[in-house]
Amino acid sequence: MSSREEVTGATALHAKIRKRFGSDGRAAFQVDVEFETPAGITILFGASGAGKTTILECIAGLQTPNEGSVRVGEVSLFDSADEIDLPPNRRQVGYLFQTLALFPHMSVEQNVRYGLASLSEEEREGRVSDVLNSFHIAELARRRPAEISGGERQRVALARTLVTRPRVLLLDEPLTALDVVTKARIVEDLRAWNQRFRIPILYVTHDRSEVFALAEQMLVLSKGRIIAQGLPQDVLHRPELESVAQLAGFENVFDCTLAKRHTEQGTMACRIAGSQVMLEVPLTRVDAEQALRVGIRAGDILVSVVPPQGLSARNVIAGVITSLEQRDVMFIARVYCGATFEVHLTPGAVRSLPLVTGSQVWLVIKTYSCLVLQGSGQMEI
Amino acid sequence: MIVQALALTLRLAVVVSFLLLLISLPLAYWLAFSRWRGKFLAEAVVSLPIVLPPTVLGFYLLVALGPASPIGRGYQALTGHGLAFTFTGLVIGSVIYSLPFSVQPMTTAFASVDRELLDASAILGASRWRTFWRVILPLSFSGVLTGFVLSFAHTLGEFGVVLMIGGNIPGATQTVSILIYDQVQALNYSLANITALLLLALCLVLLTLLYALRRYNRWSLWEWH
Repeated sequence: MSSREEVTGATALHAKIRKRFGSDGRAAFQVDVEFETPAGITILFGASGAGKTTILECIAGLQTPNEGSVRVGEVSLFDSADEIDLPPNRRQVGYLFQTLALFPHMSVEQNVRYGLASLSEEEREGRVSDVLNSFHIAELARRRPAEISGGERQRVALARTLVTRPRVLLLDEPLTALDVVTKARIVEDLRAWNQRFRIPILYVTHDRSEVFALAEQMLVLSKGRIIAQGLPQDVLHRPELESVAQLAGFENVFDCTLAKRHTEQGTMACRIAGSQVMLEVPLTRVDAEQALRVGIRAGDILVSVVPPQGLSARNVIAGVITSLEQRDVMFIARVYCGATFEVHLTPGAVRSLPLVTGSQVWLVIKTYSCLVLQGSGQMEI
Repeated sequence: MIVQALALTLRLAVVVSFLLLLISLPLAYWLAFSRWRGKFLAEAVVSLPIVLPPTVLGFYLLVALGPASPIGRGYQALTGHGLAFTFTGLVIGSVIYSLPFSVQPMTTAFASVDRELLDASAILGASRWRTFWRVILPLSFSGVLTGFVLSFAHTLGEFGVVLMIGGNIPGATQTVSILIYDQVQALNYSLANITALLLLALCLVLLTLLYALRRYNRWSLWEWH
């Protein structure tokens, strides 16, 4: 196909979307974003209700923005100023729905070939068998969606979208329901595919682990606005913005008051509000009266069943496990020490210590695992 | 006499149900997917024949098709004879009378197709036309079948409208239900009995077939996420 390079070449997606919800004078929700993403995977990250799906639907043409424009390279899909609004079936945008939306009355193969009606029979056959093989679903070709597993359905939906060679790929939390192993394999296939075709891929998630597995870059969305963007490690590891930190899954965020500065040690002690728990955190320039927040990742907290000694870590806090639940290949423990900490543990650690609900434990937290955030108010941008 | 009436009734039912299929598919599509605010008006009008006595509908049709109305006059000028008391008049009356039985099951079926499947179809490049034939129709098969069979069966058993606009002309407008009425009026109970039994059996077989077929079509009951 001669136009293939134009369709699949590395062209950026540019979107400027303003969409209001709810009329009257009441505080209506509004999505107001502008961004450009080059070829490659961009994560659109945010809590539920932040407006992620709205953005995808505006790009795909399933919703109409009040104002704005959507462009892929030089091709304009929507422009409120020029009154361009291509219908979804003429946008060549790939969209993977959260529910997948496979056609239940068609076989896997019929689903995959659905979007290729305009091609010659020969080309259609070629593309279908190519994509069935690269997503490892060739042996399922004659089955119906109800007759295959969740992971397989995910592959079929992905194959059905990609076989049309879209200009842009939109993925709406496509892997949320899958176990870690299945997820990793699908991500691998998607990456391999993206090496070949290089189009902008916008991937919506609120799962932090997916960000690092996938993203070449990320956009963080909060209340309908982009509040941070950049490389995932930059955005997620040193969040200066409190709401980003919360989004980024600092499972523990405490309101604190400054108790004492240890200027010579480069640390300061602060007390978790409403408790006697003291935390030794990196020294930051704050006024004594200023409200502080301290974020600690659940995975950065060590657990000991005996009082630890001879440690470099400055924070050793005694507490009791109040709950313990398994999620995927991880245990989530809640530990009450005067304030409740969330701690993530491996199943091996839980078994060998062993830990049960009610266990007396000591939490160990390095000073530099504590991220100090100034102010407790709303973020303003 | 019975054979003649039965043949006429079946011919009427076949013509009417196929005509209704042609009319109802686009009408039901429009009722299911239109965003026009005044849609409820159309819904009310389509449902009217369910609540109106057939005599009321028949009366207005008779007036509308008769030589005093523009429609009746126009038809007479074209064909040389009037519409009232003819088979064609009967077809027109029956189509209107059975319309809701055909449209409503189809509308319900179309509207219950998962909207995301329609979005997915559009995003995969399909026109509305293709989406209708490849996604909506197969997933609404049971509703379309129900509409078709109900309009057929309803036409078989029609009485009031036929009497009002068709009269009782053997070979032209005398359907089975009119024949039964005619025989009872003439105190010819044994013939009425046979005819009534015939109609009863026919309708029962049809409806049994319909519900049996619906059992085997599972798309309407699809539970899948």
